[in-house]
Amino acid sequence: MSQAVINQVVMGQAPLITLNLHQPLLSASGKMALQVKLDIASGSFLTLYGPSGAGKTSLLRILAGLMTPEQGEIVVDGQVWLDTDRGINLPPQQRSTGFLFQDYALFSNMTVKENLSFALKKGQNKTIVRELIELMELGALRDRKPSSLSGGQQQRVALARALVQQPKLLMLDEPLSALDSTMRQKLQQHLLAVHRAYGLTTILVSHDAAEILRLSNWVVELEQGQVIGQGRPKDIFSHRSVSGKFQFIGEVVEITQEGFIFIVAILIGQELTRVVADQAEVEGLVAGDRVLVASKAFNPIIQKLP
Amino acid sequence: MPDWDPLQLTLRLACMTTLLLGVISIPLAYWLAYSQARLKPVVEAIVSLPLVLPPTVLGFYLLLIFSPAKGLGQWLDHWLGLRLVFSFEGLVLASVLSSLPFMVHPIQAGLANLSPSLSEAAYVLGKSKTTTLFKVLLPNIKPSLLTGLVLTFAHTIGEFGVVLMIGGNIPGETRVAAIALYDEVEALRYDLAHTYSLILVALSFTILLSVYLLNGNHFPRRLS
Repeated sequence: MSQAVINQVVMGQAPLITLNLHQPLLSASGKMALQVKLDIASGSFLTLYGPSGAGKTSLLRILAGLMTPEQGEIVVDGQVWLDTDRGINLPPQQRSTGFLFQDYALFSNMTVKENLSFALKKGQNKTIVRELIELMELGALRDRKPSSLSGGQQQRVALARALVQQPKLLMLDEPLSALDSTMRQKLQQHLLAVHRAYGLTTILVSHDAAEILRLSNWVVELEQGQVIGQGRPKDIFSHRSVSGKFQFIGEVVEITQEGFIFIVAILIGQELTRVVADQAEVEGLVAGDRVLVASKAFNPIIQKLP
Repeated sequence: MPDWDPLQLTLRLACMTTLLLGVISIPLAYWLAYSQARLKPVVEAIVSLPLVLPPTVLGFYLLLIFSPAKGLGQWLDHWLGLRLVFSFEGLVLASVLSSLPFMVHPIQAGLANLSPSLSEAAYVLGKSKTTTLFKVLLPNIKPSLLTGLVLTFAHTIGEFGVVLMIGGNIPGETRVAAIALYDEVEALRYDLAHTYSLILVALSFTILLSVYLLNGNHFPRRLS
């Protein structure tokens, strides 16, 4: 994705979406306030990243009009969607958005094709349905009911349906978390393809660093309802200071002590690796922590695999 | 041979009641399933009252309210020519009220069990609440709708107390099968009583059986 788009966000030039919200939320850890001020550039693929309960889903729901914040303002492409001071609040029906729900929300009384056709606006040209069925490789499934489809297939139908009205803004609420890694990669490709094909502005909620690095060009990190950082994915995830040549993000699976040293088992993508660490390094590390595995002064050998 | 009129009347009453309740209960159940109004518990309690009250209580109050001698009954009689005591119309009204929970509860439960994202997805796709209700929500709770319809039908067939109170025992007008049966027993005509009873048992059993067969596991195992 082009540098220009990112700069636009940074420089604050006429963004597609400006929002400024305040909404008290009740999370598992008690009361908190979602307090977000954000400019989103047209065409960007933005990820909301952060621990569960940080307010990511609430932010999406507010944007879609499924939730009304106590106070706030949303302007999209010059159109006011929400302005609590002036009493403006467009219902979800009047906001041009596509929303991919965590549970897909497919209509089980309709076939795949009917799900897509139902989404058509009055008088809208039906060719978009055929086009999306083709693009998302749903041709063979068009007359099936959603309950007979696999998770990945359902997800593709839901994505296609969200795009029928050709919205300006596509929102994805952790759409890939329930899929296995092959499905996930396939869907990521589909997502990138539609993002480009339809010139969408996409907002994704995700926990998965690898996914974020692959898909998005801007990350907004939320914690306790506040934006605690934003930037390009690789800047966010490399934690800015390391200048390693070789670096991965992984998850600590297990830490075992062997004599004076520690062996840390880390899951990177689908690979489990073991890394030797000393007392100082494992201090404060527990299983489940997200870590950066980096190496300096290290010359990897690259060999083509058969 | 038994008189077929009471049986015909029973079926007519059950059909009318089921049809009317189907229309009334959908908006009511929708409101009960989604509303957060303060008044909701009150409405829920009123809807459920016929489950616990003796039907005669309901019948008694309806008799007082619609008595053509005074108040609302007088007004209806005078201005609309509608007399709701000792008439078929009155029976329909009484049955609608006394079967209300049997229709409302399954629909309300069905709607409440649907994932909220289903209607939200339809709203985001620009669909109105009405379109969403009829094209998405109701088709997804068909088993609940069927349960409501059948329970209402079957319950109306079994109506006795409320019918006796407000309808009395007028042949061809309010003398339904359950009343006719009672009548025959009082007159010690046990053979006719047997016939009515057997027909009612067979009818109710067939209705319930067909629903269980059609609906598989969706139909509640406990009817209450």
